[in-house]
Amino acid sequence: MENVIVAGAGESVAVMPPLHLAKIYGEPLPELPKDLYIPPDALEIYLDAFEGPLDLLLYLIRRANLDILDIPMAPLTQQYLKYIEAMRANSLELAAEYLLMAAMLIEIKSRMLLPRPKKVEVEELDPRAELVRRLLEYEQMKAAGAKLDAMPQALRDFQSVSVWITDEVAERFPDVSLHDLQVAWLGLMKQAKVMQHHKVKREELSVREHMSNILRKLQGGEYLEFPALFDLSLGVGGLVVSFLAVLELVRERLIDVTQREIFAPIYVKLSDVAELS
Amino acid sequence: MTQPYTTHDYKRILETVLLASTQPLQINELKILFEEDFDHDTLRVLLDELRADWADRGVELVQIAGGWRFQTRSEFQHYLDRIHNEKPPKYSRAVLETLAIIVYRQPVTRGDIEDIRGVAVSPNILKSLEARGWIDAVGHRDTPGRPALYATTRKFLDDLNLRSLAELPPLTELERVMDFADAAQA
Repeated sequence: MENVIVAGAGESVAVMPPLHLAKIYGEPLPELPKDLYIPPDALEIYLDAFEGPLDLLLYLIRRANLDILDIPMAPLTQQYLKYIEAMRANSLELAAEYLLMAAMLIEIKSRMLLPRPKKVEVEELDPRAELVRRLLEYEQMKAAGAKLDAMPQALRDFQSVSVWITDEVAERFPDVSLHDLQVAWLGLMKQAKVMQHHKVKREELSVREHMSNILRKLQGGEYLEFPALFDLSLGVGGLVVSFLAVLELVRERLIDVTQREIFAPIYVKLSDVAELS
Repeated sequence: MTQPYTTHDYKRILETVLLASTQPLQINELKILFEEDFDHDTLRVLLDELRADWADRGVELVQIAGGWRFQTRSEFQHYLDRIHNEKPPKYSRAVLETLAIIVYRQPVTRGDIEDIRGVAVSPNILKSLEARGWIDAVGHRDTPGRPALYATTRKFLDDLNLRSLAELPPLTELERVMDFADAAQA
C-alpha cells in the first residue's frame, strides 16, 4: 500500500520545496500518510457515520489522499472488504448495497488484472470509469447537501416578522357623511319632540279637557259606542284620563251611559240636561 | 393618511403593509396600495430605500421568490431560540443529500436519488421534505411503475431566502474534474 501512495513522488523530487516531504500527483504532501489500513475495530465507530457504500469508499479514498481518478483498486478493495468482514463478524446487519459494492469492486479489480489486448485498446474503457463517475457525482451531491445546510433557513436561522394588528385598528368603521349626521340629528329632535309632548301632557291630560272633548264628540245627541270616546293614540295615560273624564261626566249627569244587558255594547249619549244647555 | 405625498409617506405605507402581512408580498400586490400608477421600477426604488432604512435593525426587509417580507436577522436567532426554548430539528445527512439531489437534478424520481446516493431512500425522508413544503411531486416519469417526479417548491426558495434556484451555490465542478481526467488519460 505504501508503494501506491508514494508512487508519483520520484519524478518531482528535484523541484520540490524543502518544506514538503513529497508530492503526490503534483500536490505537496506535508507529512507522510499513515496508511490505507484502518483497523476494523476503529471502523465500528463509524458504522452510522456512513450514508452507504459510496460514502464509505469516498472516505477510504479521501483519507488516504488517493487520486480518485486513478484509484488503486487492489488496496481499496482489500480495505473495503475488511470493513465488510468486520461488520459481519460483529453480526451487524449489513445493507445489501454494501455487498453489491463489494462484488463490484472485486469485479473491477479482476478486470484490471486481465491482460488487455493491444489492438482493441481504443474501445476499451477503464473498468473503473463508471465507479469513478458515481463516486464523483455522489461526492458532489454530498457537498451540495452540506452547502444547503449551511445556508440560512427559515425557522432555524431567521423568522418572518409580522406585527400584531390590534382589533381596534383592524375593525372597519363605516363612513359617516354630513348628510347622515343631519338625518340622525333631525331624527333625534323629532323623538325629543315626541317625548316633550308626553311630558307636557300633564296639562292636556287634564280630566276637564277630556270631558270637553267627549262632550264635543257627543254633540248632535247621537248614541256613541263607548270605545269611540277613546283615542288610542293618547296612550295608556290618555285612556285613563279619558275614562276618568267619562266617570266625571256621568257624576255630573252630563252624559248617560247605557247597557242593555251584560256584555252588550255600552252606549254613551248626552244627557237631556246637557243637551238642553 | 389618505393623501400620501412624499416619498417618506409612501415608504411608511409599504412598511406598515409589509409588517402587517403574514405572507411575502409581490410588487404587483403592493401596487394596488397607491392610487398613483407606480411602475415596478418606482416601487423597487421605494422598497430598496426602505430596506436601507432598516439596515441597522434586528429585522430586515428581504426580497425572495414569494416577494418582499420582513424577517429577523440570523444574528438574533439565538435569542429567539431562548425565548421559544426549542430548536427546530436538524436535518440528517441523508435528508440533506436527498434534498441536494432534488434541488440540483430536479425533476427526479426516487430511483434517480438512489442511483446517486448508492443506497435505498427511506420514504420518511421524502415525506419529511414534503411535509416541510420544500418538495412536491410534479408528475410521473413514463416508465414502468410511473414513478413520481420530485421538484422543489417556492416555499423552499422562500425558506432559504432565495429569489430563484439560480441563486443556489454552484455545484463543485464535476465537469472540470472529468475534463482533467480525460486529459490525464490522453
